[in-house]
Amino acid sequence: MFWMNTKRIVKYGFINFWRNGFVTLASILVMTVTLFVIGSLIFVGAILDSSLGQIKNKVDINVYFVTTAPEEDIISLKSSLEQLPEISSVEYVSREQSIEEFKTRHENDQLILQALQELDDNPLGAHFNIRAKETSQYESIATFLENYQASGGTPIVDKVNFFQNKVAIDKLSSVISSVDKLSFGVIVVFMIISILIIFNTIRLAIYTSREEISVMKLVGAGNFYVRGPFVIEGIMYGVSSALIALVLFYPVTIWMAPLTENFFGGANVFNYYVNNFAQIFVVLVLSGVFLGGVSSYLAVKKYLKI
Amino acid sequence: MKENLKNDKNIIHFDNVKKMYSENAMALDGVTLSIGKNEFVSIVGHSGAGKTTLLKMLLAEEKPTDGKVYFDTTDVHSLNRKDITQFRRKIGTVFQDFRLIPGKTAYENVAFAMEACGRDDREIELDVPHVLDLVDLGNKIWNFPSELSGGEKQRLAIARAIVNQPEVLIADEPTGNLDPINTYEIAQILKKINDIGTTVILTTHNKGVIDSLNNRVITMENGKIIRDNENGKYVI
Repeated sequence: MFWMNTKRIVKYGFINFWRNGFVTLASILVMTVTLFVIGSLIFVGAILDSSLGQIKNKVDINVYFVTTAPEEDIISLKSSLEQLPEISSVEYVSREQSIEEFKTRHENDQLILQALQELDDNPLGAHFNIRAKETSQYESIATFLENYQASGGTPIVDKVNFFQNKVAIDKLSSVISSVDKLSFGVIVVFMIISILIIFNTIRLAIYTSREEISVMKLVGAGNFYVRGPFVIEGIMYGVSSALIALVLFYPVTIWMAPLTENFFGGANVFNYYVNNFAQIFVVLVLSGVFLGGVSSYLAVKKYLKI
Repeated sequence: MKENLKNDKNIIHFDNVKKMYSENAMALDGVTLSIGKNEFVSIVGHSGAGKTTLLKMLLAEEKPTDGKVYFDTTDVHSLNRKDITQFRRKIGTVFQDFRLIPGKTAYENVAFAMEACGRDDREIELDVPHVLDLVDLGNKIWNFPSELSGGEKQRLAIARAIVNQPEVLIADEPTGNLDPINTYEIAQILKKINDIGTTVILTTHNKGVIDSLNNRVITMENGKIIRDNENGKYVI
């Protein structure tokens, strides 16, 4: 009995979807637009993530060691730093590399190069370029390094440049966190609007069938049997709209790719679309199925009270 | 005057039923009425007399403000939602505005009523064409309601109402939208359905139909029964 009813419900869901031509078309169009907005939010999120990630990557702190600091102490500090959870990477630049970099940077400045030659010893100390996972963690890392002393008790850290750049880093951190919160807020608002639009569209589609529902109830059909085909129809609206939106994203992302790349730097939406197609497909189809099915379920409920 | 008592011979009994939509809108005012098994009852009265409200009470579409409605021994309004669904399968209904499902063909409209009752596909394939033949729609089986005339639509609605062999058929002004020829045909079909053992309750404004049937006539006015005659005529 249950399977016979389920089979009939699915059959009528498909038949109604096909026969309610204009209502189906209108519902699919509206749902496509709203699912397109939901899909766009995924791309906006990805672009923002990648842009903020790049900005964060540009922030690092440099730790300069005294010229007399023994290399083994520096190496041991490096490995203990790398074990800290806040640290993303530690790049060690030795005294020799420092002087080479310095010379390369000033290769056109003969005066400085001559002055270097006058010196007996390499005046530059080794240094670290440290990247933290979050910009807010730089302060604690810098404080840790300032107070660091080698095993012998002699301080080996000469200078940590965080304190010179503190204002800029703090400002950047707050901008990044504001943009993160703002974009999350905007995404949530658009999601809510999309859900309401889909719900309303399906409600209108089912409003046109209210008489039909009352007749079904009066000939003795149970709620499950009346509601079933509408839920199947809603799910089909969702699947069709999601597939159309996915197809539309192909030319749109190709067109948008150079624009976003120039503006945000690095983030190519078309590559993101191609590389994350499965994920976007699942999100859109599931959103469509869920929103279509649940909206139909709720919209029919009102007319079942006979 | 027919005696309105609740007993084994009666299938339907309204016991002092009142329905108020608001303080000034009394739709039914203490209706007590019994309808026997296999009886053909016509209910007449002006618009707003309470005929349709009375039928809605029987179908549990509306709850009475006071009083009870019995079908056999069951108090209709004490049933839960699931039992109401089962109960409605015992009653076939025909409306003035046909209330067919526009997206389904004639066959599917009738089949739907059988499917809703959980009948299997083989039964449906056998019974639906047979019932459509009975109402003379054998050649319109795959037409949609929009492709049928008013009389054909009403005959289709009757086919749908009787396909599950209900104990009672309610026809709420079934000829209100039809021309005299179709009205006559519908009246004859209802008579035939009654002859094969189904209780028929008909509400109508059509004097010709009532007079030709020569059956029990109940006259309503302002929510009350003012006349109840065996072999009655249309008198308002």
